[in-house]
Amino acid sequence: MQFMLLFSRQGKLRLQKWYVPLSDKEKKKITRELVQMVLARKPKMCSFLEWRDLKIVYKRYASLYFCCAIEDQDNELITLEIIHRYVELLDKYFGSVCELDIIFNFEKAYFILDEFLLGGEAQETSKKNVLKAIEQADLLQENLDFQIRLFPGVLNPSMSAESSGLFQS
Amino acid sequence: MPAVSKGDGMRGLAVFISDIRNCKSKEAEIKRINKELANIRSKFKGDKALDGYSKKKYVCKLLFIFLLGHDIDFGHMEAVNLLSSNKYTEKQIGYLFISVLVNSNSDLIRLINNAIKNDLSSRNPTFMNLALHCIANVGSREMAEAFAAEVPRILVAGDTMDSVKQSAALCLLRLYRTSPDLVPMGEWTARVVHLLNDQHLGVVTAATSLIITLAQKNPDDFKTSVSLAVARLSRIVTSASTDLQDYTYYFVAAPWLSVKLLRLLQCYPPPEDAAIRGRLTECLETILNKAQEPPKSKKVQHSNAKNAVLFEAISLIIHHDSEPTLLVRACNQLGQFLQHRETNLRYLALESMCTLASSEFSHEAVKTHIETVINALKTERDVSVRQRAVDLLYAMCDRSNAKQIVAEMLSYLETADYSIREEIVLKVAILAEKYAVDYTWYVDTILNLIRIAGDYVSEEVWYRVIQIVINRDDVQGYAAKTVFEALQAPACHENLVKVGGYILGEFGNLIAGDPRSSPLIQFDLLHSKFHLCSVPTRALLLSAYIKFINLFPEVKGTIQEVLRSDSQLRNADVELQQRAVEYLRLSCIASTDILATVLEEMPPFPERESSILAKLKRKKGSGTVSDIEENRKERNTNVNGGVNHSSANTNAKVTSSSSTDLLGLGSNTAINSTPPPGPSTAASLLVDVFSETSPTGPLGAPSAPVSDDNFSRFVCKNNGVLYENQLLQIGLKSEFRQNLGRMYVFYGNKTSTQFLNFSASVVCQDALRAQLNVHAKPADPTIDGGAQLQQILNIECVSDFVEAPVLNIQFRYGGTLQNIAVKLPVTLNKFFQPTEMTSQDFFQRWKQLSAPQQEVQKIFKAKHSMDTEVTKAKIIGFGVALLDGVDPNPSNFVGAGVIHTKTTQVGCLLRLEPNTQAQMYRLTLRTSRDSVSQRLCDLLSDQF
Repeated sequence: MQFMLLFSRQGKLRLQKWYVPLSDKEKKKITRELVQMVLARKPKMCSFLEWRDLKIVYKRYASLYFCCAIEDQDNELITLEIIHRYVELLDKYFGSVCELDIIFNFEKAYFILDEFLLGGEAQETSKKNVLKAIEQADLLQENLDFQIRLFPGVLNPSMSAESSGLFQS
Repeated sequence: MPAVSKGDGMRGLAVFISDIRNCKSKEAEIKRINKELANIRSKFKGDKALDGYSKKKYVCKLLFIFLLGHDIDFGHMEAVNLLSSNKYTEKQIGYLFISVLVNSNSDLIRLINNAIKNDLSSRNPTFMNLALHCIANVGSREMAEAFAAEVPRILVAGDTMDSVKQSAALCLLRLYRTSPDLVPMGEWTARVVHLLNDQHLGVVTAATSLIITLAQKNPDDFKTSVSLAVARLSRIVTSASTDLQDYTYYFVAAPWLSVKLLRLLQCYPPPEDAAIRGRLTECLETILNKAQEPPKSKKVQHSNAKNAVLFEAISLIIHHDSEPTLLVRACNQLGQFLQHRETNLRYLALESMCTLASSEFSHEAVKTHIETVINALKTERDVSVRQRAVDLLYAMCDRSNAKQIVAEMLSYLETADYSIREEIVLKVAILAEKYAVDYTWYVDTILNLIRIAGDYVSEEVWYRVIQIVINRDDVQGYAAKTVFEALQAPACHENLVKVGGYILGEFGNLIAGDPRSSPLIQFDLLHSKFHLCSVPTRALLLSAYIKFINLFPEVKGTIQEVLRSDSQLRNADVELQQRAVEYLRLSCIASTDILATVLEEMPPFPERESSILAKLKRKKGSGTVSDIEENRKERNTNVNGGVNHSSANTNAKVTSSSSTDLLGLGSNTAINSTPPPGPSTAASLLVDVFSETSPTGPLGAPSAPVSDDNFSRFVCKNNGVLYENQLLQIGLKSEFRQNLGRMYVFYGNKTSTQFLNFSASVVCQDALRAQLNVHAKPADPTIDGGAQLQQILNIECVSDFVEAPVLNIQFRYGGTLQNIAVKLPVTLNKFFQPTEMTSQDFFQRWKQLSAPQQEVQKIFKAKHSMDTEVTKAKIIGFGVALLDGVDPNPSNFVGAGVIHTKTTQVGCLLRLEPNTQAQMYRLTLRTSRDSVSQRLCDLLSDQF
């Protein structure tokens, strides 16, 4: 896999992971191009696209699009399930994950991804093992400030799309 | 789920993110961000030392700001400080920041590498994993230099924890991808293969990816992985769905690992060992059988995972291309998917069937689905699926169904999406040519193409129809009649005017007997389009007019009248004006005989690769279509005689530009206002092309010593005369990209007698045979007196080399056999790709390559005058990037580049210090490979 992008229906980039060296300028250009291309697709269309010499595999979960670029010989369907497994991991970790969780805890989303995929390849596909690694890490840390996760004000825009669970639609 | 509450809520960060989200406008957001940046900057600069938590929080905020798309130019040092924190989350945030915002500041890199080194040796698996993730995420050359030796040790060490092994495997994979030359192969490789046997499926999953990549580059070293992979796969596919516990995904046993194992097996031919082969066949059959079983779950994840494995198995079956029953079963399975309600499956089935169509075992089976595919073209709502259908029709096309497929593509073209029209045009043009039984159908098809999608018909397409009509007597009359009729349409595309103008100019006489298409009517018809056309088309029409004057003396007056008009003779466009003036003069002063000679019918075009095919390949990159063509070629060679052979010749990696391909048919050249070069002029033309004179060698003796007179001239340039004697001149034009090269060799017969039994072959002797592949396309056995013959050599550099291949030429001239052997200037430096770098980078790398065997130095006397510009040109011609302002002494020259070979890449730095007083040079080469340093130094030092 060359890169993975998460973006919202409004085209806001929520997570970007690049497994090939590219300049910031190039990354921004690719992101713009792909966001536009994927958002223009209609619901029942197929999840695969040819783009430059790569294949794009994407899937929408509630308000978020997950979009991966893979190489010619890579397997499209298994990539779709990589996306799904990642969503499952996020869901399990955050407890019915929504876009807001990813916005406010973006660093966690990156950490979970690193445990699951490394260098663009599946590292550990067992859900249990990935979550075990993350939770161990959580336990390692000091108890300095764990009483506050998200203060009340933040979760209030509750009925917005960003707070609806990714698995609900 | 309380997991998150264990997390590290950073209140300040949450407030900030929330503020940003509440910003009503972009301006407000930028204002808020600038305020925060100022705040963070002051905290970082403040006197009070920040505690770890605050540092972490601010670094995290910076990261968030960067991810929003803003530039961040500070905070790196604070992030690096976090790396050495004992607190896990602080370290973690530090690593995340470094991974996302890599900075090439070398001091920082040293600090980062130090921190990583500490964590790698900490024996704390969580810290080790963080460090490995960071290396894998950054993957830079600097990191490869620092850790490429250490990571394999961690990977195979007996006491490494499973999770660390997983990270190490993929970390190494990333380093190998970015800097293969820095990852040392060694004793660890054998132990990596045995990770396929590991008890922990996660370790196997990670290691398999690594092994795939390594095996692709070094298949022999990883051969043993085949039997292990088959054994592992067999255990997975026969396991009950609960056996693998958490590695079972929606009732499918270890789908990711299965896919990877099947991928790995695609690096190799079918196993030779009958037992292993049998076991693999069983696995593949089991996978195919499972596809027929009722689903264990209605969830799409279940069917996706199951089918992912199935498609990968089919890819392997196609790759092996050796088991007819499996191939046909695969084809039937895909046939079922063609009508599946899931769009994704239909898409993949079309895609996968495209490759099946190229196997001789399954080509016929694929063809049975033609109606379904045509239906897909008409009914699929998603353009990307329709695109796949077009590809498949193209792949399954052969002589039996060509008419149907071409007709369907043409009718689809009328409504096709603009984005894929040009590609369809190219495909139709190729199929029509390749499978034409009678060429009237071909001509009709191309004219239809122009009518339906004129804007998408590229030059290559209409050039090609002209080439074919000129080369085939039997279709010329029909072509003239058809274009004449097509031009009657009130509105016709300019491309049709071009084709019509050219063809009537050549063959209008064939239909002039019919009073409905008399010369005057033909001329009036063409001229009625003239004013609507662009300059290049008008130029072409003017050439058609002068041809008319030769063909039809009766319209000479009319045409001269037109040429004489102000709008021609005084046309603002120089090209048009010149043509009008010259053609008018020509028609006035030349006798009928001269006119007939000058304006003679075009000679047949030499057969060559269809430029359309080349264009399609350029469009598709190295994608499926060319592969199919390639495979298909083997089965269908010469089905269609000469013309087909020209289009089937698809080895080309680089194609010559269309203008050279078409012998000046390009729209800006006068078509044949100058007569085709006669025999007497060809040799001098050749000399003109390579204006540099060269010493004339001796007449080739029967057993010729290898000539290398001009060899060293080609070290820093690619074109010129390689060899010349009284009979023969050999010219070269070459181009190189990465580890591939292509050389055009031109053999000019300087005599007026034909050379017979001409042959030219390339020999790589001894060690060179394994280091360099040179493939010479067979040359014609005769060269007419005064004529020139072109031969193409395809070159691949497998590994670094010293010797040069030898070109052996043999031919019969007036009864005696001539033998000539010439050293071919394929030198290691041709495979350079220049690398730009800063002074700092240069000297850092320079220092890293300080082992005694990595450096080669030579001090030598200048053979030529020591001109700075000439020296610069030579260094650039050598292939490296000339780095200005790197050497503190401005009179020194410094360059950097990477030698690309198939197996590895070798970075190379060079420095040339001239001493004008002493008329001496000192040349220093540093590369990671001693043989490369030595060879490059020898080659370059000879140039000054």
